[in-house]
Amino acid sequence: MTDKIPVTVLTGYLGAGKTTLLNRILTEPHGKKYAVIVNEFGEIGIDNELVVGADEEVFEMNNGCICCTVRGDLIRILDGLMKRKGKFDAIIVETTGLADPAPVAQTFFMDQDVSDTARLDAVVTVADAKWLSDRLKDAPEAKNQIAFADVIILNKIDLVTPEQLDEVEARIRAINPYAKVHRTQNCAIPIAEVLDRKAFDLDRIIELEPDFLEEGHHHHHDEDMQSVSVAIDGEVDPEKFMPWISNLTQVEGPNILRCKGIVAFPNEPKRFVFQGVHMILDGDVQGEWKPGEKHTSKVVFIGRDLNEKAIREGFLACAA
Amino acid sequence: MIRKAYPGAQEVLLHDLALPFIPATMLWRTPPEGIASMSTGTAPSLTQSIAPVAAGAHVTAIGWLKGTAAFGLGDGGVLLAKDGETHRLEAHPDAGILVGASDGERFVTGGDDGRVAVTGPDGSTRTLAEAKGAWIDSLALSAGGAFAYASGKRVFARDDKGREKMLEVPSTARGLAFAPKGYRLAISHYNGATLWFPNVEAKPEVLDWKGSHLDVTWSPDARFVVTSMQENALHGWRLIPDKGHMRMSGYPSKTRSFSWSHDGKWLATSGAEAAIIWPFESKEGPMGKAPRECGVRPAKVSRVAFHPNTLVLAVAYEDGCILLIRLADASELLVRAAVAGSGVTAMAWDKGGKRLAFGCEDGQAGILTLP
Repeated sequence: MTDKIPVTVLTGYLGAGKTTLLNRILTEPHGKKYAVIVNEFGEIGIDNELVVGADEEVFEMNNGCICCTVRGDLIRILDGLMKRKGKFDAIIVETTGLADPAPVAQTFFMDQDVSDTARLDAVVTVADAKWLSDRLKDAPEAKNQIAFADVIILNKIDLVTPEQLDEVEARIRAINPYAKVHRTQNCAIPIAEVLDRKAFDLDRIIELEPDFLEEGHHHHHDEDMQSVSVAIDGEVDPEKFMPWISNLTQVEGPNILRCKGIVAFPNEPKRFVFQGVHMILDGDVQGEWKPGEKHTSKVVFIGRDLNEKAIREGFLACAA
Repeated sequence: MIRKAYPGAQEVLLHDLALPFIPATMLWRTPPEGIASMSTGTAPSLTQSIAPVAAGAHVTAIGWLKGTAAFGLGDGGVLLAKDGETHRLEAHPDAGILVGASDGERFVTGGDDGRVAVTGPDGSTRTLAEAKGAWIDSLALSAGGAFAYASGKRVFARDDKGREKMLEVPSTARGLAFAPKGYRLAISHYNGATLWFPNVEAKPEVLDWKGSHLDVTWSPDARFVVTSMQENALHGWRLIPDKGHMRMSGYPSKTRSFSWSHDGKWLATSGAEAAIIWPFESKEGPMGKAPRECGVRPAKVSRVAFHPNTLVLAVAYEDGCILLIRLADASELLVRAAVAGSGVTAMAWDKGGKRLAFGCEDGQAGILTLP
């Protein structure tokens, strides 16, 4: 479905510059109309016609899965917005500084009415270059927002030295090496780097390469949040892989924030691509392997207290 | 075509409409491609009895003001239609109507401009209440002239004398419904529902059930309160004698439309590829009983509306089709054939049951007048 309304989720710790980025997006001469869902009307006004206040009500689904939470208010608001279809081209959801992005993202997979009409485009996190390192120490929410992000706007770079900037980016990388990081001042960034990323579309997951620092390749290790990636130089057996990935996300779901993978099955001309949020997995065969292309398989997990050894051994045991 | 036989279905026949109902299997519901504009030929249908109404925007609610149909629209307008003439009012200028209700005298609408507006059959419209910065997406009218609306967690009830009371519930109020008699309001929200006498100091009664409750309805005999839930199920509480719980599940999607039969014995619901109709004639409600499934089609039912004085149900679908189904024998009549992109979003009978107004997501609408 191409006519689903794209939804961009904007997160970031208090004071990082979310509203600055939002206003920058809205005032660019793109000729598009946005519906903006905000959770608190801050001091900075929002320069847009259609602004909706939300209550950030996180609901558990009655399906026995403790991490299957959704944003009830978002379901209600999207239902209302669909009655005004044609009045806007895309939706931007700004969360509060203390919000966990997972319930927002899960709403797009758990609620049929929402997933029929809207698609999650990307989670964009704005981070304060000066204060992020401190927040990563004392605020689990800030860490969640970095771990969850598809795009990270490392903002207020004018307030730190180049060394400090490399340091904080290395910290980000230690948690989430797969997000696209942009260094900005006043959130000055081309809008195309933020919107219409299609980060949750399976057909856009064509490669999983960490976005390493260009210079000063520090090695950092975050105490409790990390990414684990495992590659097999060949194909995996679907009879082994499917039960393994399904069981891993069921058992470790609360700790796995995001996962992605591209794997090769024997006698399957297409790649099997998957991505997930906590326990929710979305996967399909996508895009043929090119003639002569090496069939390789790779999985990536970002989460809290992940057992890297068990994940590595589990995946390697799926080799065909 | 799957047809299930349900014991007991024949017993509930009371009155009937003198219409040419025939068994469903003979009905030509979706004309083949290319001949959609042709007459439906020998297939019995009421399609010729529809007067189309160009509503022009997503129809969110319909009310009847005596002989006038009022269509509440997603672009903020209210379209009044009577005897082939239409008149548009800007009830919510530059906004959208999210919800509407009617008591036969007035059409009350809630909008994303935070206003509750009231429109009369004479074309007058005015603001009834205002909640700055909020959306009004639930409201209810009582037969006695009271109304209630919700803005976030706060629920406001105003009686027929204009006295307004406010109650704050634990999470956003999603659905409101007045008890059939007396000034009492049911409010659905996360983890249950609250029953409130706005003009009584007593603490509101809380009906617990874990999960997110959407719409709420009260049975005409006031014995049952039923909610629809996020998890594609209904939950019911038997208020008399014992607050027993009822769980009605098996829906492939959410139920967003309820309708009680005029005798209160049946509750028709949307959300499946048939109208799901639960028996409530016994004291136990539908406990242990299977629902009836009428109008099985390869499209989800979006709206249901029981005829106001016979056991005939109007069933509307997400693909735009509308059927009239007689409960006695499940026979069907075509009101509207499927129209691509024109899912039915609102439907209402007039008080006498002579006319059925409907409106769709693409702004098409119409009024069926029974022959």
